[in-house]
Amino acid sequence: MAGRLGRGARPPVKNPAKSERQLAREAQRRRKTARSRAIAGISSIAALALVISGLIASPGWPRVRETFFSWSELTASLPQVLAGFWSNVSIFLIAEPIILVVGLAIAVTRSVETPAFFPLRALAVVYTDVFRGIPTILLVFLIGFGVPALDLQGAPRSPMILGVAALVLSYGAYVAEVFRAGIESIHPSQLAAARSLGLSRAQAMRHVILPQAVRRVIPPLLNDFASLQKDTALVSVLGVVEALRQAQIHSAGAFNYTPYLAAALLFVLLTVPMARFTDWVAAGAEGRRAARER
Amino acid sequence: MPLLRVESLWKTYRGRSVLRGIDLDVDPHEVVCLIGASGSGKSTLLRCIDLLDQIDDGAVFLDGVEITAVGVDEDEVRKKIGMVFQSYNLFPHMTVLENITLAPVKVHKTRKSEAIVQARELLDRFGLADKAGEYPDHLSGGQQQRAAIVRALACRPEVMLLDEVTSALDPELVAEVQEIVRELKQQGMTMILATHEMSFARDIADTVCFLHDGVLLERGSPEQIFTSPTEPRTREFLAGSVLR
Repeated sequence: MAGRLGRGARPPVKNPAKSERQLAREAQRRRKTARSRAIAGISSIAALALVISGLIASPGWPRVRETFFSWSELTASLPQVLAGFWSNVSIFLIAEPIILVVGLAIAVTRSVETPAFFPLRALAVVYTDVFRGIPTILLVFLIGFGVPALDLQGAPRSPMILGVAALVLSYGAYVAEVFRAGIESIHPSQLAAARSLGLSRAQAMRHVILPQAVRRVIPPLLNDFASLQKDTALVSVLGVVEALRQAQIHSAGAFNYTPYLAAALLFVLLTVPMARFTDWVAAGAEGRRAARER
Repeated sequence: MPLLRVESLWKTYRGRSVLRGIDLDVDPHEVVCLIGASGSGKSTLLRCIDLLDQIDDGAVFLDGVEITAVGVDEDEVRKKIGMVFQSYNLFPHMTVLENITLAPVKVHKTRKSEAIVQARELLDRFGLADKAGEYPDHLSGGQQQRAAIVRALACRPEVMLLDEVTSALDPELVAEVQEIVRELKQQGMTMILATHEMSFARDIADTVCFLHDGVLLERGSPEQIFTSPTEPRTREFLAGSVLR
């Protein structure tokens, strides 16, 4: 900071008495900040009031309040919905590590240039193209009802396992593309340097390219995680009794939609910390990089 | 017998011939400087020798064995050749020590503890002992380039290729890197340098080669090239870079 001022008598670290014009400048800046804060606050309140009054003024509001925002229904359904929600959490926790392994394997396979690997490489391309193209809910149906219908010896029949398999297939394709983008973002000079040291292609990938690529794609990967957390609800179509299914059951019994709100709240409670964590990781990486450059 | 022989080497990039029939012999312990304008083919020649680029015609021999032959194990060849790049190309996710020990451990199968001892000796010799645990972007450009030279040296190459190793450096950092190259020469390292620093080339080279437009136009002792070049192109080039 003050290091570039030469070797002579150093000026004091802190300015002891600010000049008139600096004081005036700072006062002006404070006024400006206060003004923008006031504007932001007022406009937020106005916008919120507009939305709420629009909601309340709508002809159907009394009914909506009763069927979607019933406090008694919320407290009554929450324990059951929460119990179902643990299924969502466990589906996520089982699927995510498998997705990471599948995605990384596909991405690495796609970047291998050995001719013997051509069939594998082609397979990897077809896999990502096909499974990124199919809507996840369709895939859940196809795997969840198609695989048991095959009547294969040893094929899993548990809707939970089939649901996880469908999510892995779908998200594996996305995550593979994220990893591949990371691999391709590493400058070719890194590969040249690694090869010039005598490292084989595989060694260069393992020790030089991948460690850098993985670090770079952590924020987009976390973003996909958040998306997966929500999509665990798709498994409900196979009859897995998770949060959405529980809410459905409860609301059908009580003729009230508030349990859906309960489920939504639980998902938000799970994804918001994930989103903040993603921001923190991204900011941290940026901060560490900046700190090193200083 | 020359340690390295380049025989009528051709290299084409996107239909443009970057190297057009280069012949070059490098004897053991010889220091060859490649000079010439940007785009004259200096870097490409070095990359072709290190097999980083595939050649389009001709051949390269190391220790009398053709290394450009089909079926040659490129990784084995590169074990004998050290290369240092203009932009250092250190691995940013590894400390200086990890950068240096990676190839000895993974490629040359040196025991890790032994590789670390050797790396520390080299770092000590090149004034980087206190930087072993630092990450590359914590170092100055000069320190990074010195670390990159140490990294190449740790593989005990028979020949070193230095591709404009001072071109990315601030002027005040150039000398510390040149000092290391001088030391390597004193130790008898065979080297090919692509450089824009004419006074350095004159000082360190046994042979100076002037490349123009992919052709090795003129070669000779530094004395001859810098004081009485025979080719008009060489004279023109040197007149333009006299201030360097």
